[in-house]
Amino acid sequence: MTETTDDQSKKIPLQKGTEDAKASDGAAPLLRVRGLVRHFPITKGLLKRQAGAVQAVDGIDFDVRPGETLGVVGESGCGKSTMGRLITRLDEPTGGTIEFQGRDITHLSPGRLRPMRRDVQMIFQDPYGSLNPRHTIGGIVSTPFRLQGVEPEGGLKKEVQRLLELVGLSPEHYNRYPHEFSGGQRQRIGIARALALKPKLVVADEPVSALDVSIQAQVVNLMDDLQEELGLTYVIIAHDLSVIRHVSDRIAVMYLGKIVELSDRKALYESPMHPYTKALLSAVPVPDPKRRTQRDRILLKGDVPSPINPPSGCRFRTRCWKATEVCTTTEPPLVALRTGHQVACHHPENAGDRPAAAPAEPGEGAATGE
Amino acid sequence: MTDSSEDRAGAQATPAATEAPGKAPRGAAFLDVRDLKVHFPTDDGLVKSVDGLTFSLEKGRTLGIVGESGSGKSVTSLAVMGLHRASRRQRSKVAMSGEIWLDGKELVAADPDEVRRLRGREMAMIFQDPLSALHPFYSVGNQIVEAYRVHHDVDRKTARRRAIEMLDRVGIPQPDKRVDDHPHQFSGGMRQRAMIAMALVNNPELLIADEPTTALDVTVQAQILDLIRDLQKEFGSAVIIITHDLGVVAELADDLLVMYGGRCVERGPAEKVFSAPRHPYTWGLLGSMPRIDRDQTDRLIPVKGSPPSLINVPSGCAFNPRCPYADLPEDNLTRTVRPELRESGGGHFSACHLPQEERERIWTEEIAPRL
Repeated sequence: MTETTDDQSKKIPLQKGTEDAKASDGAAPLLRVRGLVRHFPITKGLLKRQAGAVQAVDGIDFDVRPGETLGVVGESGCGKSTMGRLITRLDEPTGGTIEFQGRDITHLSPGRLRPMRRDVQMIFQDPYGSLNPRHTIGGIVSTPFRLQGVEPEGGLKKEVQRLLELVGLSPEHYNRYPHEFSGGQRQRIGIARALALKPKLVVADEPVSALDVSIQAQVVNLMDDLQEELGLTYVIIAHDLSVIRHVSDRIAVMYLGKIVELSDRKALYESPMHPYTKALLSAVPVPDPKRRTQRDRILLKGDVPSPINPPSGCRFRTRCWKATEVCTTTEPPLVALRTGHQVACHHPENAGDRPAAAPAEPGEGAATGE
Repeated sequence: MTDSSEDRAGAQATPAATEAPGKAPRGAAFLDVRDLKVHFPTDDGLVKSVDGLTFSLEKGRTLGIVGESGSGKSVTSLAVMGLHRASRRQRSKVAMSGEIWLDGKELVAADPDEVRRLRGREMAMIFQDPLSALHPFYSVGNQIVEAYRVHHDVDRKTARRRAIEMLDRVGIPQPDKRVDDHPHQFSGGMRQRAMIAMALVNNPELLIADEPTTALDVTVQAQILDLIRDLQKEFGSAVIIITHDLGVVAELADDLLVMYGGRCVERGPAEKVFSAPRHPYTWGLLGSMPRIDRDQTDRLIPVKGSPPSLINVPSGCAFNPRCPYADLPEDNLTRTVRPELRESGGGHFSACHLPQEERERIWTEEIAPRL
């Protein structure tokens, strides 16, 4: 999963499209998101007067580089799924921009979006809800080809059977129906469908959370292998911090519609800088009874505030043990306090004694806090 | 597998409580489950959800039951609570046999009314999904009051005071106001707390928590696990915690029971089972789990295949089609003979045909280094 950049440059020319040159340029992100906002209006009364808005996603910036896996974690209601639906353009953003391979796709019409749909695919959480029970597996996996008017080499049926084999199912399953499969197998079908058109970016929203532990590992390994084989770029949205640690190269932590920390996997898990990340990591139970007494757990008080009326300043301040006056008045920007480690906090952890109000240049302080 | 005809007979007749009905066997623990079988006749065949389960639990101890969906963990807990046969109609639909001794009383053969008197007072349960376990129409307080008044002859005022006291104890802020709220006005974590308050209102001696934190976020999960641990210390009750998450079990349990295909494959003190597991399925579970405490990016080691059908459990060892070591024992033993639980010292039992020393070697040389 780590050394796919080479892979990527090899694979990309195989795929259709005109912007490949830009994408394989290494530095250019595959997906670039700036100031992304999605507010769901709340209307009241007969005249549907807008009374407020659920600020599901409220101004987030991030890049997805070709060949990498970006993990997105957060608790329920933090906006991670909405974010996934926005970057795949299944939902219309309220503000901000989304660029895919250098092209602004924020407000493209469904017709204009169609060519892009080939390159961006989604794997859904619920393997029961995401497959039409009245269609055969062959029908489900060949739908992308029919919608896009693509005639695969060697015929549709052959290609679908190749895909089924690729995800570890038997080609004989072609004429069966979803109810004949277990949860893990259904998730494989969903993956086969997502990979049908050789996408560049795959957004997976909780791809394994509905599966049993032993099956979960099978699907995680499968996604891993496919990434290496096909040079895929993943955005994996999950609430399980152990799974995210295993699959991701970089990780974005979301809280109440904002990214609070964005960092390389190693740095995030070994020296988290945002108090929320620290609390989140300390809350995960470790499967080792000997460690239960040694652990230094931070118990957060209360629940996540409502996204209809989020706290002023820093959104985490109501549950944060380090909150001060400045946290209520000023919203902390997401800045790089170390190389490749961005955090939005006035009082970051593991940052040495440097006054947090004056964030250092990127790169400085890389030695501290380790 | 051998006695399925008996089980079918058990569906009609009263289940067999063999020795000395009404009297606890000598040396029985606070909760003593012996050879419990719960079978459901269906159109497709007999579903053997629990097929010969034995375990015991003392007061003040926590037992963790782990297993994947369909391994029989929830059916076991419902059986202990007497919820499979709460009514006459259900009674004919399920075949139960074996013995469940709770504080000297046998529950499998007992009259449903007798079990109902115990349920809620001596044993209580916390369910996975608080939103469907709480009634949406009644206030949280009223539901706790009802649970209390079923077992205590007190007026509503006293019961209400008790409800407020319990809500306060489980950490609901402003309990005197929130007592009149309805479940939809509570957040997920608060609903789970309210359900715990309801379960503990009668000071039960046995508390069963069936996936108590699965529907919750990690930070809330940590709060609830802490609460369960504190309450156990305070009330000294016996706790069974059922989950698929080995992390949750490691956090709470003193003893561990691993279920597979309706049977126990391994049980023992939690520390032993985690540090030196003796069953290939337990190895598989540990190898399947990505670890939060390690930076490991190479492949996970999943268990191949999928869980067995409970209608057609593989003969011999139920795990044999998925076991990488199934061919090691001689004479095709794994596919023909069901392995018995055998002790490897210190109350650590496992059911596997491989010789102890061989399993010890595989664990230390092949499995442990890769985890």
